[in-house]
Amino acid sequence: MSKHTLSVLVENTPGILARIAALFSRRGFNIDSLAVGVTEHPDISRITIVVSVESLPLEQVTKQLNKLVNVLKIVELEPGSAIQRELVLVKVRADNETRSQIVEIVQLFRAKTVDVSPEAVTIEATGSSDKLEAMLRMLEPFGIKELVQSGTIAIGRGARSITDRSLRALDRSA
Amino acid sequence: MTEQATGAHHPQPRARHSGGSQQPATVEHVTGAQSLIRSLEEVGADTVFGIPGGAILPAYDPMMDSSKVRHVLVRHEQGAGHAATGYAQATGKVGVCMATSGPGATNLVTPIADAHMDSVPLVAITGQVASKAIGTDAFQEADICGITMPITKHNWLVTDPAEIPRTIAEAFHVASTGRPGPVLVDIAKDALQAQTTFVWPPHTDLPGYRPVTKPHAKQIREAARLIAESRRPVLYVGGGVLKAGATAELKVLAELTGAPVVTTLMALGAFPDSHPQHLGMPGMHGSVTAVAALQKSDLLITLGARFDDRVTGKLDSFAPYAKVVHADIDPAEIGKNRAADVPIVGDAREVIADLIVAVQAEYEAGHKGDYSAWWKDLNRWRETYPLGYDLPEDGSLSPQQVIQRIGKLAPEGTIFAAGVGQHQMWAAHFIGYEQPATWLNSGGAGTMGYAVPAAMGAKAGKPDRTVWAIDGDGCFQMTNQELVTCALNNIPIKVAIINNGALGMVRQWQTLFYNQRYSNTVLHSGPDDVNPEARGTRVPDFVKLAEAMGCAALRCEDPAELDKVIEEANAINDRPVVVDFIVHEDAQVWPMVAAGTSNDEVMAARGVRPDFGDSEDD
Repeated sequence: MSKHTLSVLVENTPGILARIAALFSRRGFNIDSLAVGVTEHPDISRITIVVSVESLPLEQVTKQLNKLVNVLKIVELEPGSAIQRELVLVKVRADNETRSQIVEIVQLFRAKTVDVSPEAVTIEATGSSDKLEAMLRMLEPFGIKELVQSGTIAIGRGARSITDRSLRALDRSA
Repeated sequence: MTEQATGAHHPQPRARHSGGSQQPATVEHVTGAQSLIRSLEEVGADTVFGIPGGAILPAYDPMMDSSKVRHVLVRHEQGAGHAATGYAQATGKVGVCMATSGPGATNLVTPIADAHMDSVPLVAITGQVASKAIGTDAFQEADICGITMPITKHNWLVTDPAEIPRTIAEAFHVASTGRPGPVLVDIAKDALQAQTTFVWPPHTDLPGYRPVTKPHAKQIREAARLIAESRRPVLYVGGGVLKAGATAELKVLAELTGAPVVTTLMALGAFPDSHPQHLGMPGMHGSVTAVAALQKSDLLITLGARFDDRVTGKLDSFAPYAKVVHADIDPAEIGKNRAADVPIVGDAREVIADLIVAVQAEYEAGHKGDYSAWWKDLNRWRETYPLGYDLPEDGSLSPQQVIQRIGKLAPEGTIFAAGVGQHQMWAAHFIGYEQPATWLNSGGAGTMGYAVPAAMGAKAGKPDRTVWAIDGDGCFQMTNQELVTCALNNIPIKVAIINNGALGMVRQWQTLFYNQRYSNTVLHSGPDDVNPEARGTRVPDFVKLAEAMGCAALRCEDPAELDKVIEEANAINDRPVVVDFIVHEDAQVWPMVAAGTSNDEVMAARGVRPDFGDSEDD
C-alpha cells in the first residue's frame, strides 16, 4: 500500500463533504487525512485527501469520485512535483530547566513558540509530515500534554494551476 | 448535452443547458407547488405514481388541475417506486414517483436502491418538513437526502421555491443521461407553499456532470483488430445495450462478425432469443453453453455489462483465456472487477456503430477471424446441454411448463415482469424474448415484490401491450396490494402466481447445501409443532384475495387445463387477472454454478457435470 494525495475540486454546496466521506466508507477506502477549504473562487472548495491504497483501487477511487455530480476535478499530486504541508499545535511540558532546550528544538525546525506558561510551552509548526514527525520525536522526551494536527494540504510546483480549467467551466455555465 | 446517452427511445424534452442570454419563454406568478407541477408538465412527465401526505400536500392541489400529468394513487410508496421503474423500463422514459416526508420517503428507499443497481432513470420527489423545522426531529421528518445519498445518482434538497424549475430540469437530465439512474428531489413544505415565479426553460448549472458518450477512435480500432484476430470471441451483452437503444446495431455487429452472443439477465431482449447466434444467458443460472462460451473464450467483447459476480462466479477463474474489450458509459465500471485490455468509454449505440465500421475495415484489409472450430464446440455443447426440465411424476403442474406456456400463448410484444427467485430464472429461461423492453426484472438488487408494481407501471406506460407479471407466492405477498391500484385505475395487468407454497430459491439452497432442513421457507403452513392442522393449507387463498381486490381470479392445478386457463386469462382485458398456478414444490433451477465457486464447476442438472472436451487446446 502506498500513500496518494488527491486534490479534489468541488462545487461549494451543502453536503458535499458528506458525499465524499460516505463514498470512501461505502467503497471500503481509508482516508489518512482530509482538509477542506475554499479556493480563490468562492464557488469552489478544494478537498485534499490522503489515501493509502494500491494503484488499481486508487483508479477506482478517482473514477467513483468523478461520478459525484458536484465534483469538478481530481488531480493526484505526486510528492516530487508538489509541496505538501501539515500544521501541528503541540503543548509540551516545560519548566525552567527544560524550557531553553525546547526552544532550541523549535528553532531547529523553524517552528514557533506561540504560548508560554510556567508548566508548558505551546508550539506551532508547519511542514511535511516527515519533518513534523521528526520534531515530535525530539519533543516527546519532555512530555507532550496535548497535540492537534491538521490534514495535509498540497499544491503543485510551477506556474500551472489546477483550478484554471474548472473555473472556465464554471464561468461558462454562469 | 447528450442526445445519444439514453438512445433510441427518447425521453422528455430537455431544458436547455447553460442558457446564457436566452429570453425565458414564460414567466408565471405561481406557488412553489404550482411551479413543481408546471415543471413536471414541461419535462414531459405524463405519469406520476405516489401517495400524498402532510409535507407534500401542497403539490397535490395543483396536481388535481393538471391535464398533462396523470397521478396514479398507489397503496404503498414502495409500489410507487417500482411502478415508476417498470414504467421507465417499458417506455424508455424517466419514471416519476412522489411521496411525503418521513415514512413516505423512507418507503421509497427499496425501489430507489433497486433502480440504482439496475441503472433505471427515476425521479423521486418527496415532501420535506418546513425549512425552519429541518434538523429539529419534527413530525414525519427524515433526512431522506442523507439516507438516499449512496443509492442515488444525485439528490437535491430544495428550500427556495425559485429553484424548483431548475432542480426538476437538472433531475430529469441527470437521471436520463450518461449511465441512467435514480435521483431524488426533496422539497420543503414552505417552499411548496410560498409565492414564486415560474420560468421555463430554466437555467441549469451542472459543471461537474459531463458524461462521455463518444468512444475513442483508437480504442475502437484496437477492439476491431482483436475481433479480427480472435478465434473464440463472445459478444457479452449487458443491460447498457438496451438502455442505449442499440439493439439494431448489435444485430448488425453480431451478423457481420458471426460471433456468438450471450445476453445477461438485464439484457434479455437485446438480441432475439431465436437468433442462431444466441447462446442464452450466462451466469449462476445461465445456460451451460453461455457459461462455457465465456470460460473458453479468447476474447470477450463486453458491451454495457459489468462483470457482476452472478455472471463471473469466482472472479479469478472467470474466462481465464480471454482478452477483454470492455465498453461502458460509466468509466468506473471498466477495470472494476476484471482488467480490460481495451477499455472503451462511450454510449453503447455509438460504440457498436463505430465498431461495425472498424471491423468492416479490418475485413476489407483481409483480416478476418475463422470461428468455425469455435462454432463446432458451441453447437456440440448446445445440443448436449439444452435448457430443459422434467415433468413431476405425480402429475402435478411443472412451474417451468406453466411459464413456458404463458410465454408461448402470449400475444406478440407482451411485456413480462418477474419477481425474484426460481420463477424469475425460469421466466428468463423458458420465455423467448425477441424485442427490447419486453423483460423487466430486479437484477442487481434482487428485490422480492418487484413484479406486481413494475407490471402496473409498464402497463400504465404501454396500455396497448399485454403485461404479464410472473410472480412467486412469496414475492406476491409482499406487494400484491397494488392490484387494488390496478383495479381502480384501469390498469389491467395479468399476474401468474407460481405457487409452490415456499420461498423456492431459498428452499432449493436448503435442499442442496443445508441437508434438506427447510428452516422458515415453507409458506403455506406454520411449523408443525405449533399448528399441525395448518400443513398444506392455502392461507392466503389467492383466488379470494384477488377477487377481494377487484381482480378476475383463476386457479390451475391440472396440467391438462393449463392452456385453457392461460387463454382464459389472456381474454380478460377489462380488469386485472390473477392466476394461482399450484405447482410442484420440489422443482429446481438448473443449470447452476454454486455461489463462490468457479464457472468451470457449472452443473447442467443435479449431479450432471458437463463434459466440454479439450477444445481450449486448439
